[in-house]
Amino acid sequence: MNLRRTLATARRVLTQIHHDPRTIGLLLIVPSLLIGLMAWLFSDTGVFDLVGPAMIALFPFIIMFLITSITTLRERQGGTLERLLALPTGKLDFILGYTLAFGLLAIVQSSIAVGFAVWVCGLEIEGSMWLLLAVAIADAVLGTALGLLASAFAQTEFQVIQFMPALVFPQILLGGVFLAREDMPDVLHAISDWLPLSHAIDALNAVARDSEDAGYVGTKLLIIGAFIVGAIVLGSITLRRRTP
Amino acid sequence: MVNYAIQVDNLRVRRGRNEVLHGLGFEVPRGALVGLLGPSGSGKTTLMRSIVGVQREVSGKITVLGHPAGSAKLRHRIGYVTQAPSVYLDLTVRENIRYFASILGVVRGDVERVIHATGLDAQADQLVGSLSGGQLSRASLAAALLGTPELLVLDEPTVGLDPVLRFELWNLFRELSAAGTTLLVSSHVMDEATRCDRLLLVHDGDILADETPTGLLERTATTDADDAFLALIKAADRGAADTHPDAGTGRKEAP
Ligand SMILES: Nc1ncnc2c1ncn2[C@@H]1O[C@H](COP(=O)(O)OP(=O)(O)OP(=O)(O)O)[C@@H](O)[C@H]1O
Ligand SMILES: [Mg+2]
Repeated sequence: MNLRRTLATARRVLTQIHHDPRTIGLLLIVPSLLIGLMAWLFSDTGVFDLVGPAMIALFPFIIMFLITSITTLRERQGGTLERLLALPTGKLDFILGYTLAFGLLAIVQSSIAVGFAVWVCGLEIEGSMWLLLAVAIADAVLGTALGLLASAFAQTEFQVIQFMPALVFPQILLGGVFLAREDMPDVLHAISDWLPLSHAIDALNAVARDSEDAGYVGTKLLIIGAFIVGAIVLGSITLRRRTP
Repeated sequence: MVNYAIQVDNLRVRRGRNEVLHGLGFEVPRGALVGLLGPSGSGKTTLMRSIVGVQREVSGKITVLGHPAGSAKLRHRIGYVTQAPSVYLDLTVRENIRYFASILGVVRGDVERVIHATGLDAQADQLVGSLSGGQLSRASLAAALLGTPELLVLDEPTVGLDPVLRFELWNLFRELSAAGTTLLVSSHVMDEATRCDRLLLVHDGDILADETPTGLLERTATTDADDAFLALIKAADRGAADTHPDAGTGRKEAP
């Protein structure tokens, strides 16, 4: 790993996005719009206060997953990855460069989403706003790291889109948005313990209701962090200098 | 002893289910400008990928600048231009070149040098996705010239270029070669072949000829490169029984 190459890669990815205002719009505005839609849909029912925190986890996670996996897939197909790996680029330089670039975007995106949910949609947050933001950011970075990994197993954009229902939807279903995880059948509850999004949603709910102590949220953050590191390490293993 | 930039011995490569290269052997001396010719699908790109070290399922021995092909030490020393331009379409020419320059750790001045050398000064701030086909392939070439690598492996760098530009690029290749860079350049355009020091003619995964352009013309009793190329390919297709002077290279292995 080399800091100069990692930073150069992050800067390059951000420059590419800078040339693409629509992607910036998608990244920064859409999660807030969706959260706004949820708040409006459930206005006067109290449901938004129940599912709102989970929404802060969901939308940035999904959008970062999609954008990252498609961007890196394009790079694998366009021949630029082959060129980079024939140059002195380390695999971690490449992956961390991407994580850093999209991680920075995730910070901005999550800040907007949290701000919008709390100040515009009136989501009640009993715990610390900072902790909420920290979990939201970790969650968006998790989407990025999983997207990087997923792109390694796809040959086409179509396949990447298929990963959405295959990898992301089960996490949403089992994450505790539709049914509290404790109330699930035992097997599903056990499976959901191994899905990273469950822990993100747990943490956001805990902060929003101030129902657990900071240690609980910290543990959840550590678990999300472990998934991020795992995805990054696995992702860099799947980068091959020699191809068929 | 000649100092070789590339030594290939008994190179076999499988791609998919088929063996694409069938035991090639040849040498490229340092500083030489070598043309790699051959029909479409004959294995030029596969050979280049093997030399650069990005091809899988390679057997045999390839030594590049004194190291086994694909060694980490070589990554600073080889410039490789893939057949399809490999630059970022959503960055400008200069942003692309700057990025590859920072990956290589070369000085900033080099960025302007390679943009100028490939005639892209006027397009430097244009998005690569909006370049013409020829400009696009030159942008890809420019990135490979960064840091003045000792070996340049160029896969059809002049495809889609007009005669004036082709002439200028070949002048650039000659200049680089005179300055000590070794170049392996694949091409379909036969008149370019006469500007090389040596020609490697690949056919169906074997080397048909490895000699100087004038030697090739003499041997095939032809006057231009197109005819020489056709004569050799025809002779090869007629099979090993043919008496055509095919064995002159002494490199082709018995099928
Ligand atoms: N990824 C691959 N999987 C399987 N076979 C492949 C693959 N890539 C190339 N081939 C086959 O290997 C052979 C040599 O291909 P190669 O690209 O080296 O030819 P080439 O001489 O560069 O052709 P061209 O002049 O058209 O670029 C061809 O028959 C091709 O079909
Ligand atoms: Mg080719």
